[in-house]
Amino acid sequence: MNKPSTYIPKGIYPFKTKMIMTVALIVVVGFYLVSSIKTESFIIDIFVKIPNVFGLISDFFPPDWGYVTQIWPKLFETIHMAIIASTVAVIVSIPFSLLTANNVTTNNVLYQVMRLILNFIRTIPDIILAVVFVGLFGIGAFSGIMALIIFSIGILVKLMSEVIEAIDMNPSEAIRASGGNSLQTISFAIVPQVLPQFISFSLYVFELNIRASLVLGYVGAGGIGQLLNKEMNFLNYPAVSSIIIIVFAVVVIIDMISAKLREGLV
Amino acid sequence: MTDQHTLPQPPKSKWKLIKRISILIIILLIYIWTISSINIRWDKIFSSRTLENFDRIIPRFFQPAVAETESIIEKMIETIFIAYTGSLAAAIIAVPLAFLCASNMVKNKVLNNIGMWILGAVRAFPEIVLAIIFVAAVGPNPFAGVLAIAIGSTGMLGKLYSEVIESIDMHVIEALEASGANKLQILFYGIMPQILPEFLSYAIYRFEIDVRASSVLGIVGAGGIGTLITFAYMNRNWEEVGMILLVIIITVTIIDQISGFIRRKIV
Repeated sequence: MNKPSTYIPKGIYPFKTKMIMTVALIVVVGFYLVSSIKTESFIIDIFVKIPNVFGLISDFFPPDWGYVTQIWPKLFETIHMAIIASTVAVIVSIPFSLLTANNVTTNNVLYQVMRLILNFIRTIPDIILAVVFVGLFGIGAFSGIMALIIFSIGILVKLMSEVIEAIDMNPSEAIRASGGNSLQTISFAIVPQVLPQFISFSLYVFELNIRASLVLGYVGAGGIGQLLNKEMNFLNYPAVSSIIIIVFAVVVIIDMISAKLREGLV
Repeated sequence: MTDQHTLPQPPKSKWKLIKRISILIIILLIYIWTISSINIRWDKIFSSRTLENFDRIIPRFFQPAVAETESIIEKMIETIFIAYTGSLAAAIIAVPLAFLCASNMVKNKVLNNIGMWILGAVRAFPEIVLAIIFVAAVGPNPFAGVLAIAIGSTGMLGKLYSEVIESIDMHVIEALEASGANKLQILFYGIMPQILPEFLSYAIYRFEIDVRASSVLGIVGAGGIGTLITFAYMNRNWEEVGMILLVIIITVTIIDQISGFIRRKIV
């Protein structure tokens, strides 16, 4: 603060920050221009084409409520798929999340290999998994369940291994010092610390699976997406809108229930 | 804290026990309902045909169609552009909504709740459903995908942004107010420096998610690499599915690495 009293700063940001910001802004805007030309989607289009959207929305109304009776079986199939897939994924991901936590798996090679595999699994879109499983097992809910299981394991193991890595290691050291084996260490020192978060993540994955199973139906892997695909192809918009409204309601209700349950846990 | 261990355990209330048992029963009933009503034809799944499929498909899957690389990469670039335009639009649309939701910026509770409600409603729609609606509205082109990503991302970004705004240090703003700064000056010198890094970080994170999301939007006709997935799948062209998968894995991994690096630099 021994600057001469006549010193007036030009701004509160230093020159270097301004420079970086300017370059970043140019890059962002430049990339935007390129991509809007490439995808032929300019911001102005949003305003030009909005009347179209509203025109279409009037086609969607009123929803065909008589159609609802056909929705229930497929909707329940979606929920069943999500329940089974989440359950299996939770069980399978327990050993894997222990293997990908560097404080439990001290073998560095194994740890790195596991991480690499999981990173790859997470990048595969659920729809491609569904495509492959439909090819292998045929059309139906089973292929969808398999795709959801793989998809959920990728997410669950990552979230879980991070939680396991963040736990307090003192209890496990104490158990080991008093002669406990690995299994005892895991069940008495690690499990009690991570259980609430584990259940919370499981519910979160269940929510994701409900949403994901919408897409799966498009490639024949069961669930409500099949119905959506069919009615969309027939341009049966009132039926589509009743499906969408029911899906919306189910997603909101499941989110609410699981949010309440998670609040109680953590 | 050391005294804690010597204290007697509080008596377990009956109410809690009843609650736990009823939750257990509900969960059990849900599972019984699920297992009894799910329709899986096990005989069809564990048949010789499935084994044949394994023999037929798996090897082809690992011989990716290298000849198709050019068209696949072109579509992948389109996918990235869709994700980018959509994320950028969402990052901008989410700002006013986030300020509306933040209880320390807008003191009116009713307005806060309206903002929250809008964001919550948007979040509840899966992107693919939005894409279906927009494809019907503006035709099967990348623009429908951009709209779907833009609207879909606004819900999550708005919520994260509003949490950032709510956690800022209000003393800075009070100090600026006290020294006679106007609203615009408060925004630029008091609020922006505090929220900008985190806003950017979340926007980049969302771009990562959007690249994944936009790679499937083509299934419903909203442009990008999903279009190719549909064609390859319908023609049972497993070599091409393998190649698409490879391109997606490589691209997503690279983008994750870059965006992770930038985010670490920012925050």
